[in-house]
Amino acid sequence: MSLEVLWRYAPALIGGFGVTVMCWSLGAAIGLAVGLALTLLNRLDFAPLRWLIRACVETIRGTPFLMQLFLLYAGGPFIGLKLSATAAGIIGLGAYSSAYFSEIFRAGFASVPQGQTEAAVSVGMPPVHIFWRITLPTALVATVPAIVNMLVILSKETVVLSIITVPELMYQMQTMAAETFTAFDAIFAMAIFYWLLVEAVSRVGRRLETRLTAYMSAEASRA
Amino acid sequence: MRPEIVLHSLGYLLQAAGVTIALSLAGIALGFAIGALVCAGRVSRNRALARGAAFYVSFFRGVPLLVQLLFIYYFLAEYGLDVPALVAAIGGLGLSSGAYQAEILRGALNAVPAGQAEAAVALGFSGLEIWRRILLPQALRISAPPLINEFILLLKASSLVSVVGIAELTRVSMNIASMTYRPFEAYLSGGLIYLVINLCLAGFGLYAERRLASGRA
Repeated sequence: MSLEVLWRYAPALIGGFGVTVMCWSLGAAIGLAVGLALTLLNRLDFAPLRWLIRACVETIRGTPFLMQLFLLYAGGPFIGLKLSATAAGIIGLGAYSSAYFSEIFRAGFASVPQGQTEAAVSVGMPPVHIFWRITLPTALVATVPAIVNMLVILSKETVVLSIITVPELMYQMQTMAAETFTAFDAIFAMAIFYWLLVEAVSRVGRRLETRLTAYMSAEASRA
Repeated sequence: MRPEIVLHSLGYLLQAAGVTIALSLAGIALGFAIGALVCAGRVSRNRALARGAAFYVSFFRGVPLLVQLLFIYYFLAEYGLDVPALVAAIGGLGLSSGAYQAEILRGALNAVPAGQAEAAVALGFSGLEIWRRILLPQALRISAPPLINEFILLLKASSLVSVVGIAELTRVSMNIASMTYRPFEAYLSGGLIYLVINLCLAGFGLYAERRLASGRA
């Protein structure tokens, strides 16, 4: 592949990368919000709701992401859900990751040492304060490594969106490859690009982890 | 909803599910062989070997599987190698899974208490015997539950092979969707089959975990 080809397609590729980052960040934001909401709902002591959430989470975790995307994008219109490819991609990423994030948050809450809540009760904190000032912050910090890991996994899943024609980086790269007969070079460049991206994100994530978990008790950080 | 469409093509779907399972089994087996080699490289005292193995893990865990699969296809086409699509797909799944399995095995080896190898040395076991009789049996036992988990992940990842035209569960669901114009029913039933397979695997994983935990020091 000549650099001239890359230069000619640079605007499309950069635009594609923009779409990738947008899908990734919006999907992750939806997934984090819904995942946390599911975990909090799960903590309400209401059995039917817990079963329902469990069933949803297991269904999403037990089926391939590609299948979920097809069901949402191609099957959606049959149940009155018409979405553009990009919207379906973002909602799909959000729904998919929410199941994993909710499991991560569940483990995070479970890792908060019992003694901390007991101590808060004994100094007379009201339950709402205990939740906001003790349980929630400790649980969230304990989940940082797992969340970073999931964000990295999610960044790789965005590639799958190209199959339902979301115009992200992989899609633009394949368009370029088809128009200029540079399939091998294009996919080689993609592999190197994603490898560097994932390595960079992982490094930043590890930095963040050490910063955020610096003041955790050894007991809680073993989540 | 028109369930008769699904019932009509249930035979195709089940056959495709068989292909998916076979594909994943072959992928996990190849991945285990690669993973064992890469793990051996990572724990070896040879600097270059350890570096190479670490690079392998980093690369195959960092590049999205879809990119890896297409890379293998275009690579074979570029150099005019005539390899059946199925073989290339299994190769792709195995190469990727090998990186994950190498890390699982390495974690399991690290989980065997160091005192055991030391005790074996003190008792006069040879190096090979320590591996064969002390380290490997325990490491394999520890790694069984995460390996079953990896199998579930690989089975889901095998849906990406549909993109290169192998008639596994996802591809056949796509075909049924486009033949009947009922994508909702087609993908729903395909997804349900994946779910049933994975729930069985997860159940088996729990059973194995309980069995293996019972005899542990």
